[in-house]
Amino acid sequence: MIANVIFTVLFLGGFGFFFIQIFKIRANILLGRELDRSGDAASRWRTMILVALGQKKMFTRPIPALLHLTLYVAFVITQIELIEIIVDGISGNHRFFAPTLGSFYTFIISFIEVLSVLALIGTIAFLARRNLLKLPRLTMKELAGWPKKDANLILIMEVVLVSFIFTMNGADEALLNLSSNQSNGFLISQYVGPLFFGSVKNPETLHLLEQIGWWGHFTMVLVFLNYLPFSKHLHILFAFPNTYYSNLNPKGQFTNMEAVTAEVKLMMDPTADPYAQPASDEAPQRFGAKDVTDLTWKNLMDAYSCTECGRCTSSCPANITGKLLSPRKIMMDTRDRLTELGNGIRKNGKDFSDGKSLLGDYISEEEIWACTSCNACVQECPVNIDPLSIIVDLRRYLVMEESKMPTELTGMLTNIENNGAPWQFSQNDRLNWANED
Amino acid sequence: MALQVPTMAEMMAKGETPDILFWVGCSGSFDDRAKKITKAIVKILNHCNVKFAVLGAEESCTGDPAKRAGNEFTFQMQAMMNIQVLNGYEVKRIVTGCPHCFNTLKNEYPELGGSYEVIHHTQLIQDLINTGKLQLEGGSTYKGKKITFHDPCYLGRANDVYEAPRMLIEKLDAELVEMKRCKTNGLCCGAGGAQMFKEAEKGNKEINIERTEEAVETTAEIIATGCPFCNTMMTDGVKTVEKEASVKVLDIAELIANAAEL
Repeated sequence: MIANVIFTVLFLGGFGFFFIQIFKIRANILLGRELDRSGDAASRWRTMILVALGQKKMFTRPIPALLHLTLYVAFVITQIELIEIIVDGISGNHRFFAPTLGSFYTFIISFIEVLSVLALIGTIAFLARRNLLKLPRLTMKELAGWPKKDANLILIMEVVLVSFIFTMNGADEALLNLSSNQSNGFLISQYVGPLFFGSVKNPETLHLLEQIGWWGHFTMVLVFLNYLPFSKHLHILFAFPNTYYSNLNPKGQFTNMEAVTAEVKLMMDPTADPYAQPASDEAPQRFGAKDVTDLTWKNLMDAYSCTECGRCTSSCPANITGKLLSPRKIMMDTRDRLTELGNGIRKNGKDFSDGKSLLGDYISEEEIWACTSCNACVQECPVNIDPLSIIVDLRRYLVMEESKMPTELTGMLTNIENNGAPWQFSQNDRLNWANED
Repeated sequence: MALQVPTMAEMMAKGETPDILFWVGCSGSFDDRAKKITKAIVKILNHCNVKFAVLGAEESCTGDPAKRAGNEFTFQMQAMMNIQVLNGYEVKRIVTGCPHCFNTLKNEYPELGGSYEVIHHTQLIQDLINTGKLQLEGGSTYKGKKITFHDPCYLGRANDVYEAPRMLIEKLDAELVEMKRCKTNGLCCGAGGAQMFKEAEKGNKEINIERTEEAVETTAEIIATGCPFCNTMMTDGVKTVEKEASVKVLDIAELIANAAEL
């Protein structure tokens, strides 16, 4: 009885705390500017199913893709068992669905066991890749400290989780062997059980071990769930909305700034009244982005969806050639700054300012000017994150609000404005080539 | 034969409407190397009797480098002036000699009131070959030669055009050899995003050298491109790695014009 109460409290508390964190993240994302990503639901669902559920873009690198797939499928399918854990936990039953489902139950649990073994193999391979093979994209300097620990912690939690599953099913199997000479018939634990626990001849010890496995598994699920909102691992949830709200336009199409369109139309309209009152009293929005609140909500959702895999950075021509720019760092900086600002706003009210900003305190001008806008990072991202649009908005702020840019670009822009070409040639000479040899 | 390059103004004066506008672009108009590409495109258009026209002195920068550099004002000023001219001539179809112009006209002008069917010159040439207007008979110029294609970012990833240039290389009877990073994985030449007009940030290598080395590794005799900026970057790269005697950098339009002996 007490166990049922403890379980229910843990269950409600664990999920409750998780939802509170998710709502905080949602509030943070909504600090971003508006952007219309509605419409064309069919394409959006298709993108989400292919890219998030089907992990289409992962498979450009087949080996990590397969390892990742084992973890992912195990993670998703194992949650079926969570239903039984919750029912058992609240009602005090043991394997509630076993009698009604019969052999189908044996199949499901066996399937989960097989996936768990595969996930364990995947996890160990990932740990080795990160810590022994030292893959370049997994050992870059932006991962020093917390991000590296975060990655390892998740993998270790996964190992612990799988260990608990087999402690639970294995001890249960050994207990059944001992008490009635019968077997649960689960594909892996019917061997693992006797192997690890066969020497234990005390039914009470076995029952205790089974309980440790059961409670351990459930507790780890809650720990994992509540760790997600503080971790890069949030991508397992955010991959879905993030791909649903993908940019469906061609990658080369940069957003049109409507505020500028209004100004330019006014400038080009000979009948415009230069002394007219502005249409509304609202303070004009900043051009481009200096801080995270100047970015769109999708940019901010992107930041929370990033799992720091570094495929973007490893394909970035600037990064490959030793420049400071790393698209992954752009996303990590955006998320870290947003978390900082969001916490400040929740504590001190919506006019909170700490005098810091994304541009300057997190991302330097040198980084954003190194970008060639080649879209390799956008192409590579397995969950359709767009670091380029953040870079462009930061450039827009620098150029249009602060007139700060590399000097050569000032010349280029002046040339375009004066003679309609980025170089100093007269517009009247544009057709000279036709008469030259 | 002298090039026939009618302007929109001349056509209009004669009461004619061209089927397509050839958007030459700033590089194609002013850069000595790129002008050769422009002429190659015109030779093909002339040879196939395509009824086209250029804007000549009425053409102005699309605003692409301004937009990539973050100056939306300059971009939109350029765009709106160009749209006034294009709409004034009731232009419906545009072919560009540059993927940057192509991307900007195709994707970024519609929201400012300029909607046209925009194609890249490799797509137009592909169409001319498919419809039989252009025939590469005895195309022995490049027969069996190894050619690698460098994907321009604003043609490939930005607009998903990967096949047209490759199909044209195959039409040359040449051997298309791909670089390790090609198509969606293609590596930028280093000129995009207004980098063409500035020095690179501090690093340990120039991007065009990284890319040129990869191209040279394929042992191709010709690096084909479809972009005047890429052409500049790769040509410089080939010079830097001292391969100009054995490796040529040519635009697809030049390859086709040469093969067709135009």
